[in-house]
Amino acid sequence: MFSYCADPKTLEGLMWLSCYVTTAKHMSFYYSFLVVMGLLSLAAPLAMAFGFAGATAARSSLKIVRAFGKGYLAMIRGIPDIVFFLFIPIALDQAFEYLRHKVLCSDVTEAVRQGNDFVVCAAAKLPLNTASEWVHDIYGFSLALLAFGFVFGAFAGNVISGAMAAVPKAQIETGEAYGFSSSQIFRRILIPQMWIYALPGLSNLWMILIKATPLLFLLGIEDIVYWAKELGGIKTGVYEYPHPDWRAWYFGVLMIFYLSLTYLSQSVLDKLSTRLSKGQATMAGKAV
Amino acid sequence: MSSCLQTLTDYGLRSIGYGERLLPKADITLCEQFVLIGSGMIWNIYFAILALLFGFFFATVLALGKNSNLSLLNVPCRAFIFIFRGSPLFIQFFFAYDLFVILPRLGVDIDLGFLVVSVETRLLTKAWLGALIVLFFNTSAYAGEIFYGALRAVPSHDLESADAFGFTGIKKFRRIIWPTMLRLAWPSYTNEAIFMFHATTLVFFTGFPAWQQKGDAIYYASYFADKTFNPFVPYPIVGFYFILLTLIIIGLFGLINRQLNKHLPNNERKRLKINKYNLIR
Repeated sequence: MFSYCADPKTLEGLMWLSCYVTTAKHMSFYYSFLVVMGLLSLAAPLAMAFGFAGATAARSSLKIVRAFGKGYLAMIRGIPDIVFFLFIPIALDQAFEYLRHKVLCSDVTEAVRQGNDFVVCAAAKLPLNTASEWVHDIYGFSLALLAFGFVFGAFAGNVISGAMAAVPKAQIETGEAYGFSSSQIFRRILIPQMWIYALPGLSNLWMILIKATPLLFLLGIEDIVYWAKELGGIKTGVYEYPHPDWRAWYFGVLMIFYLSLTYLSQSVLDKLSTRLSKGQATMAGKAV
Repeated sequence: MSSCLQTLTDYGLRSIGYGERLLPKADITLCEQFVLIGSGMIWNIYFAILALLFGFFFATVLALGKNSNLSLLNVPCRAFIFIFRGSPLFIQFFFAYDLFVILPRLGVDIDLGFLVVSVETRLLTKAWLGALIVLFFNTSAYAGEIFYGALRAVPSHDLESADAFGFTGIKKFRRIIWPTMLRLAWPSYTNEAIFMFHATTLVFFTGFPAWQQKGDAIYYASYFADKTFNPFVPYPIVGFYFILLTLIIIGLFGLINRQLNKHLPNNERKRLKINKYNLIR
């Protein structure tokens, strides 16, 4: 990156380090931090949407919808999340391809599952074989994002449904007494009041989401874990500069990155909680 | 059915190195998936039980340290808890493994009097020891924070009664503070135990190698998903085993909870309520 890096003989100490950490490969490493932040900023609203839908469904008056919502919220409790992270992207991928196969190649009569193979016609492949590199990247990232949204949606759904249940009954009865319809009560009374109950759970969830981002690596995304492994390792595909095993250093950097991210989040969330507690008839509210 | 029994003898203990050497490659049956994934559960249970057992005591020490007025005790305990709770377990595994790898190859002989055990730093790069240490530190930090919270919530009149009866030092802690702390912390600690079992699934996805394909449940599940290209069978099997395990933990911890709350009047006894949402670290 710097002009003096062109001549390796003149480099020493810190100057050498400044050249080392600004190579093109390292730039990809720094870029992958942005991927993590991008995932965080997209997964959080997606999870909220999933969670909201799940919690609302679990309260529905229709039995089928209610069973569906409750099943979704309960599913996540006993099973390790990694199972879902491994399962959902590949399951979704196969589901999409299967559907496209049925629609686009309806003339093919052979079974899709043949022994240990999953065969769909070329036109049903996702992404298409002819698609360029970035389409594959985006597709992989989207599947990962959906997996995060799905898993964290179930967590958020549990928090939100707990918060909805915590809104005092009297508030809802008051709404009924004033002749509000059930959807009006939902929008005007339940939703505005539940946030303060949901906040502790949701801030906890945010911290968990931060700490779940390295799992992107398991989904085959070239994320910070991938680059730390490749750049720090001795003989890896991406790096040609010979050096001893430096992976511990790279992962040390990742530790510091995550520690500062959680520390920062915690202080922001603490401030937010203090602000939302103002004027509430709770111990925290009285203390302000 | 008889072939399934054969599979059970072949692969039932495969994860710890007994039985058939080669994993099933072609024509994988449902029975083989059930048996081998179940065999992998041995590792999950091993990691979780030992980490929880050692972690329980270390967590008490950490909680007391964090609660201490001495900054010599307070600061390191706070830092330990912050570091292990503030960073992802996944990264901790990688970091620890890579640290263990670059440690100088040292051997230390520990003289136990009747027996000399030689301990090599190389053992740390093996999953059974290295990953166990990481899980032990991790659960200690999480449980330490739970115990610290409970310690702060011990009712002050309990402490005053203890003082009035002339209890001091160790005796006051052992007879008054510790039981109350445990009682208050128990629901959250049950949660922590469940998450610990779930967290063990990360071990073989990090640097720690599954030597001779001796892995945990999810290691075999992803093996099958790769081989059969069908995720809809092995992952639900893992899910089934873990739900079973979770129910057992809730049952066991519920029994202990009853024991801890035995002295309370009937209407004050709390049934063990499990916090619903799962936690990844």
